Amino acid sequence: MSPHRHHVRPARPSELLTGSRGARARARRRRARFLIELPLTLWMVLVWGALWQDFSPGNLVFGFVISLAVVATFKLPPVELSGRFNVWHGLVFALRFMWQVIKASIHVMIVAVFRGPTVRNAVVGIRMRSHEDLMATALGHVLTLIPGSFVVEVDRTTSTLYLHVLDINDKEQAEAFRQEVRDIEAALIRVMGSREELEALRTEESGGRGSLPSPAPRTEGKP
Amino acid sequence: MIAMALADGGVADTVLDWITAVCMVGGALMSVAAGIGLLRFPDLFSRMHAATKPQVLGLFLLLLAVALQIRAWAAVPVLLLAWLFQLLTAPVTAHMVGRAAYRTKHLKQEKLVLDDLNEVVSEAQRRLDERR
Amino acid sequence: MTIIIAAWISGIALALGAVMALVRLARGPSILDRTLALDVLLVIIMCGLCLDMAVNRHLNHIVFIVVGCLVAFIGSVTIARYVTDRRTP
Repeated sequence: MSPHRHHVRPARPSELLTGSRGARARARRRRARFLIELPLTLWMVLVWGALWQDFSPGNLVFGFVISLAVVATFKLPPVELSGRFNVWHGLVFALRFMWQVIKASIHVMIVAVFRGPTVRNAVVGIRMRSHEDLMATALGHVLTLIPGSFVVEVDRTTSTLYLHVLDINDKEQAEAFRQEVRDIEAALIRVMGSREELEALRTEESGGRGSLPSPAPRTEGKP
Repeated sequence: MIAMALADGGVADTVLDWITAVCMVGGALMSVAAGIGLLRFPDLFSRMHAATKPQVLGLFLLLLAVALQIRAWAAVPVLLLAWLFQLLTAPVTAHMVGRAAYRTKHLKQEKLVLDDLNEVVSEAQRRLDERR
Repeated sequence: MTIIIAAWISGIALALGAVMALVRLARGPSILDRTLALDVLLVIIMCGLCLDMAVNRHLNHIVFIVVGCLVAFIGSVTIARYVTDRRTP
Protein backbone atom coordinates (compact mmCIF):
# COMPACT_ATOMS: atom_id res chain seq x y z
CA MET A 1 0.00 0.00 0.00
CA SER A 2 1.67 3.16 -1.16
CA PRO A 3 1.53 6.22 1.07
CA HIS A 4 -0.98 8.84 0.22
CA ARG A 5 0.46 11.41 -2.12
CA HIS A 6 -0.13 15.11 -1.93
CA HIS A 7 -0.83 17.14 -5.01
CA VAL A 8 1.30 19.99 -3.75
CA ARG A 9 4.73 19.12 -2.48
CA PRO A 10 5.17 20.51 1.01
CA ALA A 11 7.71 23.32 1.14
CA ARG A 12 11.19 22.38 2.26
CA PRO A 13 12.76 24.51 4.98
CA SER A 14 15.15 26.01 2.46
CA GLU A 15 12.26 27.21 0.40
CA LEU A 16 10.73 29.01 3.33
CA LEU A 17 13.83 31.17 3.79
CA THR A 18 13.69 34.65 2.42
CA GLY A 19 16.44 36.44 0.55
CA SER A 20 18.64 35.26 -2.30
CA ARG A 21 18.53 31.61 -1.30
CA GLY A 22 14.76 31.83 -1.25
CA ALA A 23 14.73 33.39 -4.70
CA ARG A 24 16.94 30.63 -6.02
CA ALA A 25 14.69 28.01 -4.47
CA ARG A 26 11.68 29.69 -6.00
CA ALA A 27 13.33 29.62 -9.40
CA ARG A 28 14.12 25.92 -8.92
CA ARG A 29 10.55 25.26 -7.90
CA ARG A 30 9.28 27.09 -10.95
CA ARG A 31 11.56 24.99 -13.15
CA ALA A 32 10.32 21.78 -11.48
CA ARG A 33 6.73 22.87 -12.03
CA PHE A 34 7.48 23.57 -15.69
CA LEU A 35 8.92 20.09 -16.09
CA ILE A 36 5.90 18.50 -14.45
CA GLU A 37 3.57 20.40 -16.75
CA LEU A 38 5.61 19.75 -19.88
CA PRO A 39 3.51 16.71 -20.97
CA LEU A 40 0.34 18.81 -20.65
CA THR A 41 1.91 21.61 -22.69
CA LEU A 42 3.04 19.22 -25.41
CA TRP A 43 -0.42 17.69 -25.54
CA MET A 44 -1.94 21.15 -25.99
CA VAL A 45 0.50 21.88 -28.82
CA LEU A 46 -0.61 18.66 -30.52
CA VAL A 47 -4.27 19.64 -30.11
CA TRP A 48 -3.50 23.05 -31.60
CA GLY A 49 -1.78 21.50 -34.60
CA ALA A 50 -4.58 19.00 -35.10
CA LEU A 51 -7.28 21.66 -34.96
CA TRP A 52 -5.51 23.78 -37.56
CA GLN A 53 -4.64 20.62 -39.55
CA ASP A 54 -1.22 22.20 -39.90
CA PHE A 55 1.90 20.80 -38.25
CA SER A 56 4.37 23.30 -39.71
CA PRO A 57 7.04 24.57 -37.27
CA GLY A 58 5.73 28.14 -37.19
CA ASN A 59 2.23 27.05 -36.24
CA LEU A 60 3.56 24.67 -33.58
CA VAL A 61 5.75 27.38 -32.02
CA PHE A 62 2.78 29.72 -31.86
CA GLY A 63 0.72 26.94 -30.29
CA PHE A 64 3.48 26.35 -27.75
CA VAL A 65 3.45 30.02 -26.75
CA ILE A 66 -0.33 29.92 -26.33
CA SER A 67 -0.25 26.74 -24.27
CA LEU A 68 2.44 28.23 -22.01
CA ALA A 69 0.15 31.20 -21.46
CA VAL A 70 -2.79 28.87 -20.74
CA VAL A 71 -0.77 26.79 -18.27
CA ALA A 72 0.45 29.94 -16.52
CA THR A 73 -3.01 31.52 -16.36
CA PHE A 74 -5.24 28.60 -15.45
CA LYS A 75 -3.30 26.79 -12.76
CA LEU A 76 -4.29 23.20 -12.08
CA PRO A 77 -2.90 20.64 -9.68
CA PRO A 78 -0.29 18.77 -11.73
CA VAL A 79 -1.14 15.25 -12.86
CA GLU A 80 1.35 12.79 -11.46
CA LEU A 81 2.42 10.44 -14.21
CA SER A 82 3.88 7.14 -13.13
CA GLY A 83 6.95 7.76 -15.29
CA ARG A 84 6.51 4.46 -17.09
CA PHE A 85 4.87 3.64 -20.38
CA ASN A 86 5.32 0.37 -22.21
CA VAL A 87 4.73 1.05 -25.91
CA TRP A 88 4.33 -2.59 -26.92
CA HIS A 89 1.81 -3.38 -24.18
CA GLY A 90 0.10 -0.08 -24.97
CA LEU A 91 -0.36 -1.07 -28.59
CA VAL A 92 -1.69 -4.51 -27.68
CA PHE A 93 -4.00 -2.91 -25.15
CA ALA A 94 -5.29 -0.38 -27.70
CA LEU A 95 -6.10 -3.11 -30.22
CA ARG A 96 -7.77 -5.25 -27.56
CA PHE A 97 -9.66 -2.17 -26.41
CA MET A 98 -11.03 -1.49 -29.90
CA TRP A 99 -12.14 -5.09 -30.29
CA GLN A 100 -13.81 -5.04 -26.88
CA VAL A 101 -15.59 -1.74 -27.66
CA ILE A 102 -17.09 -3.36 -30.74
CA LYS A 103 -18.10 -6.40 -28.71
CA ALA A 104 -19.59 -4.31 -25.90
CA SER A 105 -21.59 -2.15 -28.32
CA ILE A 106 -23.05 -5.18 -30.07
CA HIS A 107 -23.78 -6.74 -26.69
CA VAL A 108 -25.71 -3.65 -25.58
CA MET A 109 -27.58 -3.67 -28.88
CA ILE A 110 -28.56 -7.33 -28.52
CA VAL A 111 -29.64 -6.84 -24.92
CA ALA A 112 -31.66 -3.76 -25.88
CA VAL A 113 -33.44 -5.53 -28.72
CA PHE A 114 -34.06 -8.95 -27.20
CA ARG A 115 -34.16 -8.48 -23.43
CA GLY A 116 -35.34 -4.91 -23.17
CA PRO A 117 -37.50 -4.30 -20.09
CA THR A 118 -36.66 -7.63 -18.45
CA VAL A 119 -32.91 -7.00 -18.17
CA ARG A 120 -31.29 -7.71 -14.80
CA ASN A 121 -28.35 -5.69 -13.50
CA ALA A 122 -25.96 -5.56 -10.58
CA VAL A 123 -23.90 -3.00 -8.69
CA VAL A 124 -20.54 -4.64 -8.07
CA GLY A 125 -17.84 -3.28 -5.78
CA ILE A 126 -14.28 -3.97 -6.85
CA ARG A 127 -11.17 -3.27 -4.80
CA MET A 128 -8.41 -1.95 -7.03
CA ARG A 129 -4.77 -2.94 -6.66
CA SER A 130 -3.55 0.58 -7.26
CA HIS A 131 -4.10 3.61 -5.08
CA GLU A 132 -3.02 6.20 -7.64
CA ASP A 133 -5.66 8.67 -8.73
CA LEU A 134 -4.52 8.59 -12.34
CA MET A 135 -4.75 4.81 -12.44
CA ALA A 136 -8.23 4.87 -10.90
CA THR A 137 -9.33 7.43 -13.50
CA ALA A 138 -7.91 5.46 -16.40
CA LEU A 139 -9.43 2.22 -15.13
CA GLY A 140 -12.79 3.91 -14.63
CA HIS A 141 -12.74 5.21 -18.19
CA VAL A 142 -11.78 1.87 -19.68
CA LEU A 143 -14.36 0.01 -17.61
CA THR A 144 -17.11 2.39 -18.71
CA LEU A 145 -16.37 1.67 -22.35
CA ILE A 146 -15.46 -2.01 -22.35
CA PRO A 147 -17.29 -4.71 -20.42
CA GLY A 148 -20.84 -3.42 -20.12
CA SER A 149 -20.41 -1.40 -16.95
CA PHE A 150 -20.00 2.15 -15.70
CA VAL A 151 -18.71 3.68 -12.51
CA VAL A 152 -21.40 4.71 -10.04
CA GLU A 153 -19.22 5.65 -7.09
CA VAL A 154 -15.56 5.75 -6.16
CA ASP A 155 -14.34 5.23 -2.62
CA ARG A 156 -10.89 6.75 -2.52
CA THR A 157 -10.12 5.75 1.08
CA THR A 158 -10.27 2.05 0.20
CA SER A 159 -9.79 2.64 -3.56
CA THR A 160 -12.91 0.71 -4.40
CA LEU A 161 -14.88 1.18 -7.59
CA TYR A 162 -18.62 0.56 -7.54
CA LEU A 163 -19.71 -0.42 -11.03
CA HIS A 164 -23.17 -0.81 -12.45
CA VAL A 165 -23.12 -3.82 -14.75
CA LEU A 166 -25.66 -4.54 -17.45
CA ASP A 167 -27.11 -8.02 -18.01
CA ILE A 168 -25.98 -9.84 -14.88
CA ASN A 169 -28.37 -12.64 -13.98
CA ASP A 170 -26.75 -14.39 -11.00
CA LYS A 171 -23.84 -14.26 -8.57
CA GLU A 172 -21.61 -16.42 -10.79
CA GLN A 173 -21.80 -13.88 -13.58
CA ALA A 174 -20.96 -11.12 -11.11
CA GLU A 175 -17.92 -13.12 -10.00
CA ALA A 176 -16.86 -13.65 -13.63
CA PHE A 177 -17.23 -9.93 -14.19
CA ARG A 178 -14.98 -9.25 -11.17
CA GLN A 179 -12.31 -11.49 -12.65
CA GLU A 180 -12.60 -9.70 -15.99
CA VAL A 181 -12.07 -6.35 -14.29
CA ARG A 182 -9.01 -7.70 -12.47
CA ASP A 183 -7.58 -8.82 -15.81
CA ILE A 184 -8.21 -5.43 -17.41
CA GLU A 185 -6.55 -3.72 -14.46
CA ALA A 186 -3.54 -6.02 -14.76
CA ALA A 187 -3.25 -5.16 -18.46
CA LEU A 188 -3.47 -1.46 -17.64
CA ILE A 189 -0.77 -1.77 -14.98
CA ARG A 190 1.48 -3.45 -17.53
CA VAL A 191 0.95 -0.47 -19.84
CA MET A 192 1.29 2.49 -17.50
CA GLY A 193 1.45 1.41 -13.87
CA SER A 194 4.31 2.48 -11.64
CA ARG A 195 7.22 0.13 -10.96
CA GLU A 196 5.92 -0.83 -7.53
CA GLU A 197 2.55 -1.82 -8.96
CA LEU A 198 4.24 -3.87 -11.65
CA GLU A 199 6.36 -5.66 -9.04
CA ALA A 200 3.29 -6.40 -6.96
CA LEU A 201 1.51 -7.74 -10.02
CA ARG A 202 4.45 -10.01 -10.91
CA THR A 203 4.70 -11.49 -7.41
CA GLU A 204 0.93 -11.97 -7.38
CA GLU A 205 1.06 -13.85 -10.67
CA SER A 206 4.03 -16.02 -9.74
CA GLY A 207 2.33 -16.78 -6.43
CA GLY A 208 -0.62 -18.17 -8.33
CA ARG A 209 -4.21 -17.08 -8.18
CA GLY A 210 -5.15 -19.49 -5.44
CA SER A 211 -3.22 -17.58 -2.80
CA LEU A 212 -5.02 -14.34 -3.60
CA PRO A 213 -7.28 -12.85 -1.00
CA SER A 214 -10.85 -12.59 -2.18
CA PRO A 215 -11.22 -9.44 -4.26
CA ALA A 216 -14.72 -8.87 -2.92
CA PRO A 217 -14.76 -5.64 -0.92
CA ARG A 218 -16.21 -5.70 2.55
CA THR A 219 -17.19 -2.75 4.59
CA GLU A 220 -14.34 -1.32 6.52
CA GLY A 221 -13.99 2.11 4.96
CA LYS A 222 -16.28 5.05 5.34
CA PRO A 223 -18.14 5.81 2.12
CA MET B 1 -4.51 -3.96 -66.40
CA ILE B 2 -4.86 -3.98 -62.64
CA ALA B 3 -1.88 -1.68 -62.34
CA MET B 4 -3.54 0.74 -64.72
CA ALA B 5 -6.77 0.56 -62.80
CA LEU B 6 -4.86 1.22 -59.59
CA ALA B 7 -3.11 4.15 -61.24
CA ASP B 8 -6.53 5.51 -62.19
CA GLY B 9 -7.64 4.77 -58.66
CA GLY B 10 -10.47 2.66 -60.10
CA VAL B 11 -10.24 -0.59 -58.11
CA ALA B 12 -8.84 1.05 -54.98
CA ASP B 13 -11.58 3.64 -55.15
CA THR B 14 -14.26 0.98 -55.37
CA VAL B 15 -12.83 -1.00 -52.45
CA LEU B 16 -12.49 2.10 -50.28
CA ASP B 17 -16.01 3.17 -51.21
CA TRP B 18 -17.35 -0.21 -50.12
CA ILE B 19 -15.51 -0.03 -46.80
CA THR B 20 -16.83 3.51 -46.33
CA ALA B 21 -20.36 2.33 -47.02
CA VAL B 22 -20.05 -0.45 -44.45
CA CYS B 23 -18.67 2.00 -41.88
CA MET B 24 -21.46 4.49 -42.48
CA VAL B 25 -24.24 1.94 -42.18
CA GLY B 26 -22.60 0.34 -39.13
CA GLY B 27 -22.18 3.69 -37.41
CA ALA B 28 -25.76 4.68 -38.09
CA LEU B 29 -26.99 1.31 -36.79
CA MET B 30 -25.20 2.06 -33.52
CA SER B 31 -27.33 5.19 -33.18
CA VAL B 32 -30.41 3.05 -33.72
CA ALA B 33 -29.12 0.70 -31.01
CA ALA B 34 -28.77 3.65 -28.64
CA GLY B 35 -32.30 4.77 -29.47
CA ILE B 36 -33.75 1.30 -28.92
CA GLY B 37 -31.86 1.04 -25.65
CA LEU B 38 -33.16 4.41 -24.50
CA LEU B 39 -36.72 3.38 -25.24
CA ARG B 40 -36.76 -0.21 -24.07
CA PHE B 41 -34.60 -0.35 -20.97
CA PRO B 42 -36.57 -0.17 -17.73
CA ASP B 43 -34.48 2.19 -15.61
CA LEU B 44 -32.05 5.08 -15.93
CA PHE B 45 -28.99 2.98 -15.22
CA SER B 46 -29.57 0.53 -18.04
CA ARG B 47 -30.31 3.41 -20.39
CA MET B 48 -26.96 4.91 -19.48
CA HIS B 49 -25.23 1.88 -21.00
CA ALA B 50 -27.19 2.39 -24.19
CA ALA B 51 -26.15 6.03 -24.27
CA THR B 52 -22.40 5.53 -23.91
CA LYS B 53 -21.08 2.37 -25.54
CA PRO B 54 -22.78 2.19 -28.94
CA GLN B 55 -22.33 5.94 -29.44
CA VAL B 56 -18.57 5.76 -29.04
CA LEU B 57 -18.34 3.02 -31.65
CA GLY B 58 -20.85 4.78 -33.91
CA LEU B 59 -18.93 8.04 -33.97
CA PHE B 60 -15.69 6.12 -34.54
CA LEU B 61 -17.10 4.32 -37.58
CA LEU B 62 -18.46 7.53 -39.08
CA LEU B 63 -15.17 9.38 -38.49
CA LEU B 64 -13.44 6.43 -40.18
CA ALA B 65 -15.80 6.86 -43.10
CA VAL B 66 -14.85 10.55 -43.32
CA ALA B 67 -11.14 9.66 -43.24
CA LEU B 68 -11.62 7.08 -45.99
CA GLN B 69 -13.36 9.61 -48.20
CA ILE B 70 -11.04 12.56 -47.54
CA ARG B 71 -7.90 10.43 -48.02
CA ALA B 72 -5.49 13.08 -46.73
CA TRP B 73 -3.07 12.51 -43.86
CA ALA B 74 -3.59 16.07 -42.62
CA ALA B 75 -7.18 15.19 -41.70
CA VAL B 76 -6.29 12.17 -39.55
CA PRO B 77 -5.10 13.97 -36.35
CA VAL B 78 -8.19 16.13 -36.06
CA LEU B 79 -10.53 13.17 -36.64
CA LEU B 80 -8.59 11.20 -34.03
CA LEU B 81 -8.86 14.17 -31.68
CA ALA B 82 -12.63 14.35 -32.09
CA TRP B 83 -12.94 10.68 -31.18
CA LEU B 84 -10.47 10.99 -28.32
CA PHE B 85 -12.48 13.81 -26.79
CA GLN B 86 -15.60 11.68 -26.96
CA LEU B 87 -13.68 8.78 -25.46
CA LEU B 88 -12.59 10.99 -22.57
CA THR B 89 -15.88 12.78 -21.94
CA ALA B 90 -18.45 9.99 -22.35
CA PRO B 91 -17.33 8.00 -19.25
CA VAL B 92 -17.20 11.14 -17.10
CA THR B 93 -20.71 12.09 -18.16
CA ALA B 94 -21.92 8.57 -17.43
CA HIS B 95 -20.25 8.63 -14.03
CA MET B 96 -21.63 12.04 -13.03
CA VAL B 97 -25.16 11.25 -14.17
CA GLY B 98 -25.00 7.79 -12.60
CA ARG B 99 -23.71 9.12 -9.30
CA ALA B 100 -26.41 11.80 -9.16
CA ALA B 101 -29.01 9.16 -10.00
CA TYR B 102 -27.81 6.79 -7.30
CA ARG B 103 -27.74 9.54 -4.71
CA THR B 104 -31.25 10.65 -5.59
CA LYS B 105 -32.48 7.04 -5.37
CA HIS B 106 -33.32 6.50 -9.02
CA LEU B 107 -32.09 2.94 -8.83
CA LYS B 108 -34.76 0.27 -8.84
CA GLN B 109 -33.51 -2.31 -6.36
CA GLU B 110 -35.78 -5.06 -7.68
CA LYS B 111 -33.94 -4.96 -11.01
CA LEU B 112 -30.65 -5.78 -9.31
CA VAL B 113 -29.05 -9.12 -8.67
CA LEU B 114 -26.67 -7.71 -6.11
CA ASP B 115 -25.78 -4.29 -4.76
CA ASP B 116 -22.47 -3.95 -2.94
CA LEU B 117 -22.79 -0.19 -2.64
CA ASN B 118 -26.15 -0.41 -0.88
CA GLU B 119 -24.59 -2.57 1.84
CA VAL B 120 -21.85 0.00 2.43
CA VAL B 121 -24.28 2.92 2.42
CA SER B 122 -26.75 1.32 4.80
CA GLU B 123 -23.90 0.23 7.09
CA ALA B 124 -22.64 3.82 7.22
CA GLN B 125 -26.20 5.06 7.80
CA ARG B 126 -26.62 2.62 10.69
CA ARG B 127 -23.36 3.76 12.27
CA LEU B 128 -24.42 7.38 11.86
CA ASP B 129 -27.74 6.64 13.57
CA GLU B 130 -26.00 4.90 16.47
CA ARG B 131 -23.84 7.93 17.09
CA ARG B 132 -26.85 10.23 17.30
CA MET C 1 -23.23 5.01 -56.26
CA THR C 2 -22.45 2.71 -53.33
CA ILE C 3 -21.83 5.75 -51.19
CA ILE C 4 -25.14 7.38 -52.11
CA ILE C 5 -27.17 4.26 -51.27
CA ALA C 6 -25.26 3.73 -48.02
CA ALA C 7 -25.76 7.39 -47.15
CA TRP C 8 -29.54 7.06 -47.63
CA ILE C 9 -29.68 3.93 -45.46
CA SER C 10 -27.54 5.53 -42.74
CA GLY C 11 -29.53 8.76 -42.90
CA ILE C 12 -32.77 6.90 -42.33
CA ALA C 13 -31.19 4.91 -39.50
CA LEU C 14 -29.89 8.09 -37.85
CA ALA C 15 -33.32 9.70 -38.15
CA LEU C 16 -34.86 6.63 -36.52
CA GLY C 17 -32.40 6.86 -33.64
CA ALA C 18 -33.06 10.59 -33.29
CA VAL C 19 -36.83 10.01 -33.14
CA MET C 20 -36.37 7.39 -30.41
CA ALA C 21 -34.15 9.76 -28.44
CA LEU C 22 -36.80 12.47 -28.84
CA VAL C 23 -39.48 10.14 -27.52
CA ARG C 24 -37.35 9.45 -24.46
CA LEU C 25 -36.73 13.18 -24.13
CA ALA C 26 -40.47 13.84 -24.09
CA ARG C 27 -41.42 10.94 -21.83
CA GLY C 28 -38.82 11.62 -19.19
CA PRO C 29 -39.64 10.58 -16.33
CA SER C 30 -36.78 12.34 -14.56
CA ILE C 31 -34.48 15.19 -15.55
CA LEU C 32 -31.54 12.77 -15.76
CA ASP C 33 -33.36 10.67 -18.36
CA ARG C 34 -33.86 13.81 -20.41
CA THR C 35 -30.19 14.75 -20.03
CA LEU C 36 -29.22 11.34 -21.30
CA ALA C 37 -31.60 11.59 -24.25
CA LEU C 38 -30.24 15.04 -25.13
CA ASP C 39 -26.72 13.65 -25.01
CA VAL C 40 -27.63 10.85 -27.39
CA LEU C 41 -29.43 13.32 -29.66
CA LEU C 42 -26.33 15.51 -29.85
CA VAL C 43 -24.14 12.53 -30.75
CA ILE C 44 -26.63 11.55 -33.44
CA ILE C 45 -26.46 15.09 -34.85
CA MET C 46 -22.66 14.83 -34.84
CA CYS C 47 -22.93 11.49 -36.64
CA GLY C 48 -25.16 13.17 -39.22
CA LEU C 49 -22.56 15.88 -39.78
CA CYS C 50 -19.91 13.18 -40.21
CA LEU C 51 -22.16 11.54 -42.80
CA ASP C 52 -22.38 14.83 -44.69
CA MET C 53 -18.60 15.23 -44.55
CA ALA C 54 -18.03 11.69 -45.81
CA VAL C 55 -20.49 11.98 -48.69
CA ASN C 56 -19.49 15.45 -49.87
CA ARG C 57 -15.79 15.02 -49.04
CA HIS C 58 -15.08 18.11 -46.97
CA LEU C 59 -14.00 18.88 -43.40
CA ASN C 60 -16.12 21.94 -42.66
CA HIS C 61 -17.96 20.51 -39.65
CA ILE C 62 -15.05 18.83 -37.90
CA VAL C 63 -14.54 21.64 -35.38
CA PHE C 64 -18.19 21.41 -34.44
CA ILE C 65 -17.72 17.72 -33.72
CA VAL C 66 -14.68 18.36 -31.52
CA VAL C 67 -16.42 21.16 -29.65
CA GLY C 68 -19.74 19.30 -29.55
CA CYS C 69 -18.23 16.51 -27.44
CA LEU C 70 -16.98 19.04 -24.91
CA VAL C 71 -20.22 21.05 -24.81
CA ALA C 72 -22.31 17.91 -24.30
CA PHE C 73 -19.97 16.95 -21.49
CA ILE C 74 -20.21 20.31 -19.72
CA GLY C 75 -23.99 20.41 -20.10
CA SER C 76 -24.61 16.92 -18.72
CA VAL C 77 -22.17 17.32 -15.85
CA THR C 78 -23.70 20.65 -14.87
CA ILE C 79 -27.21 19.21 -14.80
CA ALA C 80 -26.06 16.12 -12.91
CA ARG C 81 -24.29 18.34 -10.40
CA TYR C 82 -27.44 20.20 -9.45
CA VAL C 83 -29.91 17.34 -9.38
CA THR C 84 -31.32 16.94 -5.90
CA ASP C 85 -33.74 14.51 -4.39
CA ARG C 86 -37.11 16.16 -3.96
CA ARG C 87 -39.09 13.06 -3.12
CA THR C 88 -37.63 12.20 0.26
CA PRO C 89 -37.31 14.78 3.04
